[in-house]
Amino acid sequence: MSLIVRNLSVDHGAIRAINNLSFIVEKRRLTAVIGANGAGKSTLLRTLSGLIPASEGKASWGDHNLLKGKAEQHVRNGVSHVSEGKSVIPELTVEENLDLGALWRRNKKEADVTKKYVLELFPRLGERLKQRGDTLSGGERQMLAIARALMSKPQLLLLDEPSLGLAPLVIEQIFQTIRDIANSSNLTVLLVEQNAMGALKIADIGVVLNLGNIVAIGPSADLIADPAIRAAYLGY
Amino acid sequence: MEKLISASLIGLSQGAIFALMALALVLVFRSTRVVNFAQAGQAMVSTYIGWEVVTRTENYWIALPIAAIAGAILAAIIETFLMRPLAKRASHGAIAPVASIIASLGVLGVLHSAAAMIWTSEQKLFLSPVSVNGIEIGSTVYPFSQADILIISTVIIVMSTFAFFFQRTSLGLSLRAAAFQPEISRLAGVKVDRVRTIGWALSGAAGAIVGVLVTPGSYLNPFSLDILLVYGFVAAVIGGLESPQGAALGGLILGMSLSFTSIYVSSGLTFIVPFVVLLLILIVKPKGIFGGGSSRNA
Repeated sequence: MSLIVRNLSVDHGAIRAINNLSFIVEKRRLTAVIGANGAGKSTLLRTLSGLIPASEGKASWGDHNLLKGKAEQHVRNGVSHVSEGKSVIPELTVEENLDLGALWRRNKKEADVTKKYVLELFPRLGERLKQRGDTLSGGERQMLAIARALMSKPQLLLLDEPSLGLAPLVIEQIFQTIRDIANSSNLTVLLVEQNAMGALKIADIGVVLNLGNIVAIGPSADLIADPAIRAAYLGY
Repeated sequence: MEKLISASLIGLSQGAIFALMALALVLVFRSTRVVNFAQAGQAMVSTYIGWEVVTRTENYWIALPIAAIAGAILAAIIETFLMRPLAKRASHGAIAPVASIIASLGVLGVLHSAAAMIWTSEQKLFLSPVSVNGIEIGSTVYPFSQADILIISTVIIVMSTFAFFFQRTSLGLSLRAAAFQPEISRLAGVKVDRVRTIGWALSGAAGAIVGVLVTPGSYLNPFSLDILLVYGFVAAVIGGLESPQGAALGGLILGMSLSFTSIYVSSGLTFIVPFVVLLLILIVKPKGIFGGGSSRNA
């Protein structure tokens, strides 16, 4: 199973947000998509998770056509999306946020096993199960958002800017956790980030986007070593 | 002392009705952002269906659940075939923010006319299952009847059932999540459209129960429940428009202020009081008593 994106274009009204994008993410790889604001990173993820329609092209995860069907169907096909900006529901408790991710699962015993695994991964959430989402710190909320996505037992995890608005130390922790999840489970991760260096450091593959087009793609170590990429995207 | 007891009990009974009507409005508003003026019409049509059952079977206790189910089905139909397509089609331009309100007024008009065509505008007597005469204790007759006790206890049962459903069941969690954050709920796998229809259906059932509770002892006509829309909205706004607990409290506050003013001051003030309360709340605490809690944004 792999994520295959072919000639994908997405328009926001008259503006082309993504232009003729093609790439493949191999199973169990962690791929980072980097680029400046407005490069089309979030649009890419929102298209893949069924939130917005594509204009042209194809995108599939295994047998599943990602350009067909609603977002709630994609989750059932193993694709979980953590949207930008700590995607938790602040009015619900931590436990309700977690349970929400597994409501659609028929097998409640399996869902309980997943919950145990998720709480081992994020012990801090376990201590705060009965607290409302809006009492958590920014880092904890991001962890809860990822945890909720994991409750759906995804095969493909789409992460939109998990570092957004977090302190440097917390960012490091979140990135490390993402790497750990990718290592320990049968999970393919597509990570979208403005924090290019942090993302490339943990990723296997890097994709550089600019104004909806792919500028560079390759093993992230190669991208980090590339002087042109360093100058334009990594800031030194 | 007798006055105080009477005022409190009547306030409680009226407040219970307002609270349930407010809950019906809140359920629709928080799940689909529709200010549903048709609610009074839906409750009225459901009450007619209850009336049909009562006149045929002479059994109020069968009529109540049947009217509630009819109310739920009617609401689900309105949501599925009118409000949902409308939200998609009229999502841009000047019409977008008011389309659903105007449509709900349209539905109210249709329901009024349809009811008048089916049942005529003539008053129908809806027999009460219990006495509607004031309860006598010793030598005093209180302006408070067995029907009021029926109203209070039914509303308490209905509201507790709703609270249990929302707080303790999976479907309740889906409903709350979809109301707060539809997009995140979708990403978590909640079938938001279906859940919204369920929210409307619950609201329709609540409105139907209101109609079947208040009508006995008085008359039913196509417009007889419209005034409850006003009281229901006032109670809902006092409670913050989004919170079921707020709706309950709002109804109680409104019911109490109405009964105390009419017993201690003048019954002529009953039509002014709700609006004065409404305006005061809007100016002093525009988000309502339960609305707009602060949240941590870090």
